[in-house]
Amino acid sequence: MIETLQNMDYTPFILSFKLAGLTTLILFVVSVPLAWYLSQTRSKVKPILEAFTALPIVLPPSVIGFYLLVLLSQNSPLGQFFDEYLGVKLVFSFTGLVVASCFYSLPFMVQPLQSGFESLNKHMIEASYLAGKSKLQTVFKVALPNIKPALFTALIITFAHTVGEFGVVLMVGGSIPGETKVASVAIYEMVEVLEYGNAHIYSGIMLLMSFMTLLAVYIFNHTQNRKFGL
Amino acid sequence: MIQINIQKELHGSSGDMILDVKLSIKKGEFIALMGESGSGKTTLLRVLAGLETAKGEILVEEDTWMGDKQCLAPQQREIGFVFQDYALFDNMNVEENLLFVNEDKNLASKLLEMTELTALSKRNVQGLSGGQKQRVSLCRAMMKKPTLLLMDEPLSALDPAMRSKLEEEILKLHKTFGTTTIMVSHDTDASYHLADRIVVMKEGLIAGDGRPDEMLRETSSISYILSI
Repeated sequence: MIETLQNMDYTPFILSFKLAGLTTLILFVVSVPLAWYLSQTRSKVKPILEAFTALPIVLPPSVIGFYLLVLLSQNSPLGQFFDEYLGVKLVFSFTGLVVASCFYSLPFMVQPLQSGFESLNKHMIEASYLAGKSKLQTVFKVALPNIKPALFTALIITFAHTVGEFGVVLMVGGSIPGETKVASVAIYEMVEVLEYGNAHIYSGIMLLMSFMTLLAVYIFNHTQNRKFGL
Repeated sequence: MIQINIQKELHGSSGDMILDVKLSIKKGEFIALMGESGSGKTTLLRVLAGLETAKGEILVEEDTWMGDKQCLAPQQREIGFVFQDYALFDNMNVEENLLFVNEDKNLASKLLEMTELTALSKRNVQGLSGGQKQRVSLCRAMMKKPTLLLMDEPLSALDPAMRSKLEEEILKLHKTFGTTTIMVSHDTDASYHLADRIVVMKEGLIAGDGRPDEMLRETSSISYILSI
């Protein structure tokens, strides 16, 4: 067993973590202003924006994968831009996986952040403005520090969801070793070729990681609740 | 001198009404703003702070805070605001709450000393009692050295003993800094004790305006104006 674990190819896991890490970082930067806007606005556009943001939760991965293929292909404006100016092909590449992951993991970052911001005491935010602070200063120095459980949930769940995604990743990235063959795709291929032993090991690692991730979130939230007597 | 002339449509629990307030306030004056719930008192404070919009003008000495051509954001108004629910920054301790407004450590120390909070300066605000939180809120509002201090029912959530203590501290700060102050209050005793002038609002309009002794005389009492 130990020898099997020592000889195993961990590249798919490293690729999965790298993809999840980059996606989480990019989504954090994009989602904080979006979540803040959604939490503060009363605009009629809000339900439309919220619906678009939540779409990846309800759409089948094959639908998301198909439309992302169309969006990122070399024949699309986005694909052509990346190819001509950055020399990057988005389909069947790691860069394309990052772009695709940012789309399908968006709600997992935005929604907890938005809920967190909406739960804040409005007067505390107003007190920050009256203290002379801009909206940007208020978000980073007052709002975000006061929604640590929501922030932690958003980061961890986005990371975990990206690690676990399969359908979209397979459609947009394929299975190129060291490039797009992430852990979930590797497991699928092992099952296809009846390598159940390796599939068990890979799946066991993924199961353990997912459980530990969720446990971390719940322990953190429980600790925060006890700290503040909730 | 502060000149206020504002109009705003209100949709409250008492129904729809127009807030229409014309008020002149001398520098250093302490005004207690009284009236029944839903009369527009808090809205008036929020409009003065720039937290809500309205039509009209707010002139503060030589500056136009609100007019035809401009409406200053809350960040640009020299306002200190004490909220009814304290609105402290829960991620900071007492001292940090004050220094967030103004990094003047000497002023912060002075204010904490005047309100007997020096021993609590490093404590996170979530662990404080209601009275302590309100004193922190008051100090934080004063850190900006505001031209106008607005207090929205600062005493309402406190027990009688703490209310009395905070009244003394508000008076002490007012005497030391001479800040023009508007305090919304339902407490007649506190208003009489603290204010130079009592303004009574009813259904969005000013229904009474005078010195505390004038306003509390039987024939022009606050309760008579409010028909309680």
